Formats: sequence, C-alpha cells, structure tokens
Amino acid sequence: MANPVLEIKNLRTSFNIKGNYYAAVDDVSLTVHENEVVAIVGESGCGKSALALSIMGLHNLKTTKLEGQVNFKSQNLLSLSASKLNKIRGKDLGMIFQDPMTALNPLATIGRQIEEPMDYHMKLSSAAKKKRTLELLRRVGIKNEQRIYSQYPHELSGGMRQRVVIAIALACDPVLLIADEPTTALDVTIQAQIMDLMKELQNQIKSGIILITHDLGVVAEMADRVAVMYAGEVVEIAEVRELFMNPLHPYTRSLLNSIPSNMEDKKALHVIEGIVPSIQKLDRTGCRFAPRVAWVPEHEHEESPTLHEVEPGHFVRCTCYKNFHFPEEKVGDESYVTTKS
Amino acid sequence: MSLLKVNDMKIHFPIRGGFFRTVVDHIKAVDGISFELEPGETYGLVGESGCGKTTTGRGIIGLNTITGGEVLFEGTDLAKQSRSERRKHVKDIQMIFQDPYSSLNSRKNVLNIIAEPLRNFERMSPGEELKRVQALVDRVGLNPESIYKYPHQFSGGQRQRIGIARALMLNPKLIIADEPVSALDVSVQAQVLNFMQEIQKEFNLTYLFISHDLGVIKHLCDRIGIMYKGRFVEEGTAADVYNNPQHLYTKRLIAAIPEMNPEKRFEKMHLRQAINEEYRTDYDSYFDKDGRMFDLKSVSETHSVAVQ
Repeated sequence: MANPVLEIKNLRTSFNIKGNYYAAVDDVSLTVHENEVVAIVGESGCGKSALALSIMGLHNLKTTKLEGQVNFKSQNLLSLSASKLNKIRGKDLGMIFQDPMTALNPLATIGRQIEEPMDYHMKLSSAAKKKRTLELLRRVGIKNEQRIYSQYPHELSGGMRQRVVIAIALACDPVLLIADEPTTALDVTIQAQIMDLMKELQNQIKSGIILITHDLGVVAEMADRVAVMYAGEVVEIAEVRELFMNPLHPYTRSLLNSIPSNMEDKKALHVIEGIVPSIQKLDRTGCRFAPRVAWVPEHEHEESPTLHEVEPGHFVRCTCYKNFHFPEEKVGDESYVTTKS
Repeated sequence: MSLLKVNDMKIHFPIRGGFFRTVVDHIKAVDGISFELEPGETYGLVGESGCGKTTTGRGIIGLNTITGGEVLFEGTDLAKQSRSERRKHVKDIQMIFQDPYSSLNSRKNVLNIIAEPLRNFERMSPGEELKRVQALVDRVGLNPESIYKYPHQFSGGQRQRIGIARALMLNPKLIIADEPVSALDVSVQAQVLNFMQEIQKEFNLTYLFISHDLGVIKHLCDRIGIMYKGRFVEEGTAADVYNNPQHLYTKRLIAAIPEMNPEKRFEKMHLRQAINEEYRTDYDSYFDKDGRMFDLKSVSETHSVAVQ
C-alpha cells in the first residue's frame, strides 16, 4: 500500500453551546494514503464538514475544542500555531469549497486569486507565476485561459467558477486535497464534467483526496475508500466496491435504499424513521442509530459499540448489522438486493 | 379530456434599455411549448437551471404573465382570463415550492399558514376551520398539537409536509411541485417522495413535477418532458426517455447521472466523453438557422423528439 499522507487518530471536535461542549465529531480515526480518494458520506449534521474544517484548522478556537491527533508530514496539525499552520495550508493542504459562487473574491481577477497562494508559499517571478497560472487553468479544462485570467468571477458560469476553485486548490501542488461537496451546487451535466475532471487530475497529481459529500452517486463514481458517518461517528469504512456490493451497517443500507435511481421503478423508497438527533440531545451511550431502527431488539446492539473488522479493510460499528433486516423484508430473505448490479 | 393542455405557451420577459427605458429585446424564457396532462398522472419537467422549467410552472398557475399561447385547464383558457375570472379556476391548481425554509412565512404559525388558502376561498367559522386544519395536519403526519408552532421549530422534511398540507387544503386537482425535494437530504427526500405518492392516490391528484434530478423524475413520473433553452427537446414515457433517448441533449443529461456501480465508473466516463465529443461536433445540426430548437416530431405513439 502507498504511504499514508494523513492520519487522523481519535479526533474529537466539540462545540461550545451555552457553556457546555458537545462533540460534533466523536472519536474519528481515518487514514488517507497517497493517490487515494477517501469519501466521507453522511447526511447534514453528521459531522463531515466539521471534520474537514478540523483538519484545515478553520474552526473558531474560542468556541471549539479539538482533541486527538491529525498527523500530517510527521507533525500534529492540532498542536501547531496559526503561523506554522499557515505555512501548510494552501500549500500542502488544498481545499475545494462547496459553493463556487461564494468561495471566490468578487473584487479580484481570476488570475490574481490563483496567484495569491503562490505569493505566500512559492518564490516566483511574476512572469513565472502567470505562466503557472495559465497552465493550471488549462489543466482544469479551461480553454481560453488568456481571457479568463483577467476576468472577474461574475463573468463566469458556475461550472467555470468551480474549475477556478479547483485551480486555486492545486496552485501549490498539494499533498492532500480536501473537497467539501465539490459538485453539490452544480447542474447534473456540470457535475459530471467536474467529477471526470477530478478523476483525471487525481491520476496526474498523485495526492490524497478527502471527498466530503452526501451524494452516494458521486461516491460511487469517484472514491477508492468510503467512510460513512452518522451522528459524529464513523459507522462503516470499506473499499468502494465492497461498500456498494456488501453494505453492512443498517445506516449504510438504509441510505442506499432511499436513493430513487437505485430502486426498481415505482417501488416505495425506504424511509429512515425519526430524525438525526441534534448534538445537544444525542444519547452518547450505546448504538447511536438504534432509535431509528426501533424494530431491532436491544440485545442485538453492543453496549459501547466499536468498529469491528469484518473483512480485511471493512469495518462496521456495533453488532446490530448481523441480523439486520428491513421491516418490509422477511427474515432470511436472501433475494432482497440493496443495490442494482 | 385532458386535465391540463398547454398549447404553444410563450413567456417572454422584456429587456428595457436606451434613453426612455423602452423595450429593446425579449428574453424568451419559455418559447412555444405544448404538452398535456391526463387526470391522475405524474408529468415530469426536467432540465438544467435556466431552461425555463420553473417559469413554465409559474406561468400555468399565474405567477408569470403568459405572452402567447393557451393554457387550457378543464377546457377553459386561463391565459386569456382576467385575474378575477381566473380565481374561480386557480383554486384547483396549487403549488409546492422548492425551499421549505423560505416558502413558509416565519411570522405565522402552522394554523395560519395552512388555513390561508381556506380563508381566501371559503367562509367558515374558526371552529370548523380548526377542524379541517387539524385533520389535514394529522394526515400529513405531523403532531396535531403542532399547529400553534412556528416554521423554525420544524425540520426540513416536516416543513415540506406543512407546504404540502397547505397545497392540499382546497382539495386541488392539479399540483405543481417545483423541485420539492432538492433542498432535502436523501433520507428525508425519500420520506417526502413516498408521501407524495401516497396522497396522489388518496386525493386523486395530478402532478406536474419540476426537477433537475433525473433519478427522482425517473422514480416518480409516468411521462417526461425535457426542456432546453425554453423549448422541448424530447417528450415521452419514462421508459422511452431513459431507455431509448433520441436527442443528443437527452443522451447527455442521462449520461450525467452518477453511476451507482463503482465497477462501471470508467465505462461511464468514456461514454460521457464520447457523447460530449458528439455534442461538440453535431450541436449545430440540432438547431435551425435561427438557433432555435426544432418542433417536436413523433417517433412513436408516446415518444417525440425535436429533430429536423
């Protein structure tokens, strides 16, 4: 296996709400290797964005408590000072933000915005910078790069802006790229283009990518490994094929069954009962998904669920997956398929 | 007889400019589209942002002024009627909006939100009104006590249910659902979609379902119209459009749906590249000399395509 780029160990990110700290990311451990796309999937409020911001050190430290380790290039990012972190962020750590409409500065030209990280991290002459910027623009699939270089964000379409955001993230050859919902704000055809672009770029730049998304379709197209998060915890980690062919955790299976395009025509979609608990009201003992699969008897869950390695590289939290079945299917009904092959 | 027949509908927005702010040009948001809805069916309108699908929905219900063409609802032409004449018919057409966070008035409680259509069209005592609202709130799966709560006290899925309850209040025949689930998480989306299918049978509703999500459309709709630049590109049953797309644009849209099988991801990528290549080279042959889409021509009984 390739070298690990990033090792997250027992990361806990807690937010201060009215004097108490509540963990939004709870004891997450995850490793990202060179040239690997690790997807983090989950619904809103599961802590996936909080995790990304913790790695980048973008939380407000006055109201946020970070515990655990984020090891990157043999140093713990959580213990670094802001100035040391600034030497890494934007250089070795690149970030692609969700909404290209707000991620760009409306007052600066595209060229200026791509050159900005180079000013901080690389000593280049202005001619070299421009040359590099134009090359970056070409690499993200922009054809008339000379013109785009001097244009402003409002002159570009959403897909073009997202390409520019990607170019900024790539400006200083990052070792690790964090993409926070890179295609959510885009139209389907543009989403497909950006996905294909990121796949191509990944082959060129060989960096690790953390892909944060709620869209399992995007995961199936892009990821190598997948971590499914629920209520701040990772509930299942597996290779992408394994996860789609043999999903185990009840939450993963429920999610896959609630996607319309995944189901046979006109069949009712699976509905996960209840709602995602807010971090203040979350019961932190026992299986966190238990209230939403009420038909599973209590003794099936573990008292304090941990990740179990079911197959090499495939981890599942809690024991409730073992006899899990949906209420609408009969016990032992093997013909029920969760994914269309 | 069809419930709704849209005949060559046009919605143009004027662009004003020059010294006296005279009309210099028009944006042709909807430029001559025709389709029919049979009672009880679900018709899907798909396209990318800016293709005119929302404007079409808003035009039918009367939120945008129709520039030309006919909108026949049960035989009467809504496009030509005055506001007061329209009022008699629009009661039967209701709308579910996209964003449950901004489509509910945050200063009104649920009772006032859901009772508003009732107050507009029917006279009844507060007691009767309360009964009707409570029955409906119960039907959409909310706690009957929640009618005195305000929108911010609900989750996204619950808010969308409030929006649906408001649309159902007057027992409409046609519901125009404008991207009702695109602001919701997948599991919540599943809840709302299942629920919409349930009430369709129960209240005998016809849906005009507007969405950019081809997965949702495929799951829900009997017939589908694909729009591009204010015109129809292709129309047919779900099977026609998904299994046998004829127009290049439709093929491109369908190829853009993420592949759910990780084994086939590169296959899909190459398919997309091939279609994009074709799109670049053959793009012009799909438009007439004014850059306008051709009229629809039928290729089978249910399936028609905009080709020369």
